[in-house]
Amino acid sequence: MRAAATFSGAFTALVALPARAIEPVMRGAQKILGIKRMPWVFLFPNLAAVLFFSLLPVFINIFYSATGSDRLYPADRPYVGAANYETLFECGSYLDPSTCSRDLFWRALGNTLIFVPVQVAAMIGIALFTAICLNRDIRGRGFFRGIFFFPVMLSPVVVALTWQWILQRNGALNGLLTALGLTPVNWLVFPNSAFFWSVFVTVWAHMGFFTIILLAGLQSIPRDVYEAAKMDAANPWRVFTRITLPMLKPTLLVVFILCVIRSVQTFDELYVLTGGGPGSATILIVQYIYEIGFAIQPRNFGLAAAASLLLGAVLLVFTLIQLRLARGKSYD
Amino acid sequence: MKLTAILSNTAFGLVMTATAHAQEVTIYCDDIGFGCKTMAPVAERFNEEHPGKTVKLETVSYQTVVEALPVQLESGEGPDAAIITDLGGLSRYYVDLTPYVDAANFEKEFGQTLQWLRGTDGKSKAINGMPTSLTVNGAYVNLTLFEQAGVSVPEEGATWDEWAEAARKVAEATNTEFPMEMDRSGHRFASFAISHGAELVDEEGNPVVDDGLHAAIDTFVEWHKNGTMPLDLWGAVGGSTHRELFEDFLNANVVFYFGGSWTLSRMDTEVGDLFEWAVVDTPCGPSSCTAMPGGGALVGFKHTPHPELVGEYIDYVAQQENYKEIIAAAVEIPAATSLIEEGVDYPTASERTQVALRTFMDQIPKMAPAAYRFQGWRYQRAMMNALTTRISQVINDELTVEAALERIRQDVELAIQAAEAK
Repeated sequence: MRAAATFSGAFTALVALPARAIEPVMRGAQKILGIKRMPWVFLFPNLAAVLFFSLLPVFINIFYSATGSDRLYPADRPYVGAANYETLFECGSYLDPSTCSRDLFWRALGNTLIFVPVQVAAMIGIALFTAICLNRDIRGRGFFRGIFFFPVMLSPVVVALTWQWILQRNGALNGLLTALGLTPVNWLVFPNSAFFWSVFVTVWAHMGFFTIILLAGLQSIPRDVYEAAKMDAANPWRVFTRITLPMLKPTLLVVFILCVIRSVQTFDELYVLTGGGPGSATILIVQYIYEIGFAIQPRNFGLAAAASLLLGAVLLVFTLIQLRLARGKSYD
Repeated sequence: MKLTAILSNTAFGLVMTATAHAQEVTIYCDDIGFGCKTMAPVAERFNEEHPGKTVKLETVSYQTVVEALPVQLESGEGPDAAIITDLGGLSRYYVDLTPYVDAANFEKEFGQTLQWLRGTDGKSKAINGMPTSLTVNGAYVNLTLFEQAGVSVPEEGATWDEWAEAARKVAEATNTEFPMEMDRSGHRFASFAISHGAELVDEEGNPVVDDGLHAAIDTFVEWHKNGTMPLDLWGAVGGSTHRELFEDFLNANVVFYFGGSWTLSRMDTEVGDLFEWAVVDTPCGPSSCTAMPGGGALVGFKHTPHPELVGEYIDYVAQQENYKEIIAAAVEIPAATSLIEEGVDYPTASERTQVALRTFMDQIPKMAPAAYRFQGWRYQRAMMNALTTRISQVINDELTVEAALERIRQDVELAIQAAEAK
C-alpha cells in the first residue's frame, strides 16, 4: 500500500515537471493574448493537425483539379482553369450518359445514386432488426454479437475475395445448388444479380458496426418506459413504433449519416468483386476516380481531383443536413 | 579519455571513408519468371566480383511495379533500377546507360526491343536498359479433349474462325464447359485485333480506330453471345480490371485458352501428365497470324546517384552466360537475338514445356509490324484500357460496336490530350 502511494507520488511529480516547465511560457502567452484568447492556444495543436491533414489536401485537390498533364509536381502542371470540370459536365443530355464526353463518370454517378439509397435502407433495416434481436435475453447473446461484428474486422479485399469464391461460376453457392439438384447461376455475370450481390456483400461486411451502435442506443432506453407500456397492455408493434423508434431517433440519425457517407465511399469490395462490371453495371463514383487517377495510364490526376471534389461537395451537403437535423432537437 | 577520443575519431574516419567509397544500388523486381529469385545468383556473383559495390534486389509485387513505382518515380524517389513492363510509358524516367555498357553488344542483341524503351523519341539512340525476356501471347490447347471428341487439331495457318469451330465441336462432344477463353486484357485482344487488320497506332504515334478493329470486336462479341466464350471474363468484369481464368484450362474446363508464355511454368507443376496439352501456332486473322510481343526490361532511373553501377550491373546481366543462366531458371523466352537463334536449354522444364517454348519462339518472326509498334507506343495502356472497358460494355449491350469504337477513339485522345497539356 505504501509502495503504491510512493509510486503514485513519484508519478505525479514526474507529470508535474513539464507542466511546471511550461508554466512561465503559458503565463507569458496569457499576458500577451489575454485570458479570452487562451483557449486558442490550447486548441492550436489539434487545429494544426486538422489544417495539415484535412484542409491542406482539399486545397491541393483544388489545385490539381485546375491543372493538367500527367505530371505530379505542381510546378510541372500547367493551369487549365475549369477544363476538367467542363470535360466532366460536357453532355448532350444529363439523363443519357451515352451523350456525355465522360460517359463512365455519369454511369458511375447514376449507379451511386441507386446504390446508396438501396444499400442504406437495407443496411439500417437489417442492422436495426439484428440489434433488436441481440437486445433480447436470448441464449448465446455474446456469441451472436461477436459473430455479427466479425466481418467488420475483415479487410475489404478479404471480404470481396471470399464472396467471389462463393459466387463465381464454380463457387460454393453453385456447388450447394447443384448438390440440391437445382440449376447453378452465374451470379456475377448478369447486371441485376451482380448489383444485388454488391449490395448484399457490402451490407454483410459493415452491418455489424451499425448493429453495435444501434444496440448501444437500444440499451440506453430506460427499462421503466417499457414496463409502463407493458402495464398498459401495449402490443409489441405499438411499443416499437411509439417507444423504441422515437427514443432511438438520435442514434438512428447518426447511423443514417455514417451509413450514407460510407455507402457513397464504397470502393474496395466492389472493385475486387466485380471490377465495376458487368459492363459498367456496378461501377461507383469512387472507383471511377481511382481508375482515372491511378489505374489508367497516363494518369489523369486533374480529372480525378475534379471528380473527387464534386463527391466531396455531395458529402458536405449530407453532413450539413445532419447538422441541421441534429440542431434544435431535444430528446429529453 | 584521450585514448577513447582517438579510437572514436579513428572509427568515425573509417566509417566515413568506407561510406564514401561503397556504392549500393537497389533494384525492384517481382518474383515471376525473370525476377529477383532467378536473378539472385547472378547478383551475388556480381557483388563478390566487385568489392565495394553492392546490388540489392528488392522483391516487390507486380502491382507495386505497375501502380506505386510510377508515382515514386514522378516524385523523384524510388529504386535505382527496376524490372518494369510499361516500357514506353515510363521512358521519361530512364537514365541513358550508353557510357557504361557495351553499346554495340546491346544493339546487336536487343536492337528492336531497345526502341520500346525510347518512348516517343524515334531518333533516340539511348540505351536505357535491357529487355529481360520476351513474352508472347499464345494459345494453349487441350489435346486430350480433341482426341476424345475425335476432332482433328487445326494445323498451322488455321484461322481464328476455324479454331472456334473446332473448339465448339470438341466442347459439345466432350461436354466441356466452354470452347474458348481469352484473358481479359487489352494486350491479348490486341493480337486478335491486329490479326484482323487493326493498326491501333500509326507511324506518327496517333491512335487508329479502323475497320480491322471493328471486325475484331464484331467477331469477339459474337463469340460471347453464342457461348463460344464464357461471360465470366470479358462480360462479368468492368473497367480496366485485368482478369485471367487460366485455372479453367488447368482444370480442363475449356478447350482453347488464349493467354501467354509466362504461364508455361505452371503447366508442369499443376497439370503434369493429367492431360495432353500443347501450345499451338497463333491462329490467323484475315490480315496476319500475329501474336503480341511483350515482356519486361531492366532499366535504370534518372535519379540514381550511381548510374555507372546500374550500367555496370545491367551490362553484367546482359553477358551471354549470365543472361542464359537467368533465362533458363525463369523458363522464359530470351530477348537476345543470339539466344533466340541458338536456343536455350531449360533443365528444369519438361520436354512438353520445352516444345511449347519453341512454339512460342516460332511465333516471333510472324509478328506484324503493327504489333511491335503498338508494344512500344507510349499510350499503349490508354488504348488497352479503352479496349477492355468498351468491349465489355458492348458484350453487356450498353454500347453498340460503332459507339464503342467512337468511345475508344475518344478515350485515347482524351488521355493523350490530358497527358500532354501545356
